[in-house]
Amino acid sequence: MINKQTGRLGASLLAGIIFGVGMAVSGMTNTQRVQGFLDLAGQWDPTLAFVMGGGLVVAFIGYKFILKNPAPLFAETFALPTKTDIDKPLLFGAVLFGIGWGLVGYCPGPAIAGLSYGYSATLLFIPMMLLGLLAARRIARWFEPPADHQSSSAPA
Amino acid sequence: MHHFLLAAIGGALVGVAALILMGLNGRIAGVSGILSGSLTEAGGERWWRLLFVLGIAIGGAIPALLSPDFKPPIPDASTLMVIIGGLLVGIGTGLGSGCTSGHGICGISRMSPRSIVATCTFMAAGFICVYLLRHVFGG
Repeated sequence: MINKQTGRLGASLLAGIIFGVGMAVSGMTNTQRVQGFLDLAGQWDPTLAFVMGGGLVVAFIGYKFILKNPAPLFAETFALPTKTDIDKPLLFGAVLFGIGWGLVGYCPGPAIAGLSYGYSATLLFIPMMLLGLLAARRIARWFEPPADHQSSSAPA
Repeated sequence: MHHFLLAAIGGALVGVAALILMGLNGRIAGVSGILSGSLTEAGGERWWRLLFVLGIAIGGAIPALLSPDFKPPIPDASTLMVIIGGLLVGIGTGLGSGCTSGHGICGISRMSPRSIVATCTFMAAGFICVYLLRHVFGG
């Protein structure tokens, strides 16, 4: 039996590689295709719907089986999101994300998967996105009631 | 191969990656959350996230090495748009607790109401943004 910590790190790398191959094969790293999907009034490109469809079918069925187990193989528990309320940060964040996604055609996964092509736009987009993620931790506090100062909501 | 078929295969691979991360590590495969944690967590909590991100960068390079067809065109956006877009994607996914992978694939497949609402919202914002960009302000 492999050490659980080593197993976790290996599983992460493997999952990342498969994820990255999926991004590149699917056409998600092609920002023009993604913007084509978002362009309902133009020459609409339905490719992204097939990507989501493929991902959803596999994840929907697979999660059902996996989550029946008492625990994952290399960890103590399944770390599932516990929040259930539709709150302002969720909606406001989703709107901002959608605008940024439309402007460039990159969401986080494809931007990272596209790193190796070495395009200057990609190389600039990634640090800006990381800066935005750090800023979001501060901005999230604006939405909290002034009484409690606990930091919260790491994104899923 | 038709690009719709490739898209579905690629999407299925993303699903497989999500199952590996959940079945072995008990984690949601949400890229924005993992990126965010890779910046702020420490120790093993940081390492698994860094390795996942590194894996995505490696995986993304592989198809283009095998066939030039997988090398996408240069993103069609000005430097200012890339800066604003990158910041908005970071802030938005950070505040909204997820992106296309975390909410759109993992969340919806768990039938999470938050993820369904978030996905509809960022899609709608993306549709409106591209509409304005291409049909109102653009040419």
